[in-house]
Amino acid sequence: MIPVSHVLTLSAILFGIGVAGVILRRNAIVVFMCIELMLNAVNLGFVAFASGMQSMVGVMFVFFVLIVAAAEAVVGLSIILAIFRNSGTLNIEEFNLLRW
Amino acid sequence: MLISFYILAALAVGGALSVVLFRSPVYCALSLVATFLCLAGIYVLLNSEFVAAIQVLIYAGAIMVLFLFVIMLLNLRSDKPLRHSWTWPKLLGIGFAVAIIFQLIGIFHSPAARMGPAGKYSTEYLQQKGAVEVVGEVLFTEYVLPFEIISILLMVAVVGAVILAKRREPASTEQTP
Repeated sequence: MIPVSHVLTLSAILFGIGVAGVILRRNAIVVFMCIELMLNAVNLGFVAFASGMQSMVGVMFVFFVLIVAAAEAVVGLSIILAIFRNSGTLNIEEFNLLRW
Repeated sequence: MLISFYILAALAVGGALSVVLFRSPVYCALSLVATFLCLAGIYVLLNSEFVAAIQVLIYAGAIMVLFLFVIMLLNLRSDKPLRHSWTWPKLLGIGFAVAIIFQLIGIFHSPAARMGPAGKYSTEYLQQKGAVEVVGEVLFTEYVLPFEIISILLMVAVVGAVILAKRREPASTEQTP
């Protein structure tokens, strides 16, 4: 039996690495991948609690988070495609049309 | 079992770090696939075979293939290496991420964080009835309304993706008879 706190520690580390990627990287697609990494870290926490508490609620939440992540990936990637078609770059520092 | 968890955890953290550190988006996507597969192994160790299966099928299969398609469609150049541009906002970002990690670990290990009473879905119960069968039973009785709502969400996402990615035709061509 794996201790729940160990799995939650791994989940926290993966979430932090995802946050670091979102802050540090300039490529919009890599930023998007880091958001997927953060969603996966949260999923790992849900599964750890579901296994530790012998409950099914965590598994259900993982299922719904996964579907939301899939929908988000589809819409986000098509937005990235549209932005690339208009501006010819994916560097998020050059997307400053709405900056005040 | 604990040893294999530690090996998979180390591989997952290594894959996640290489997502942040690799310059080429294709390498980032492939190391993210490696991270997802390691997480699927950890789900198997946590007695959640169904979650492991959908993790491999949907995340490592569908979503990452979509990412790779978009990367190849856009024909991207590699980024500049991260280490050549250490400015204070980047160091601040790393410090912020490390602070989030330690705060989360502190919350998870604090004595106030206790788990509630155990439910009825023990390992023996799952092995006796079959893990996928139990998941389906709960999903289609207790969670059937969210299940139907999320199907509408998926349909909206499909329509949105088609409209966003469609090439706009000039308006004048539609007017001509």
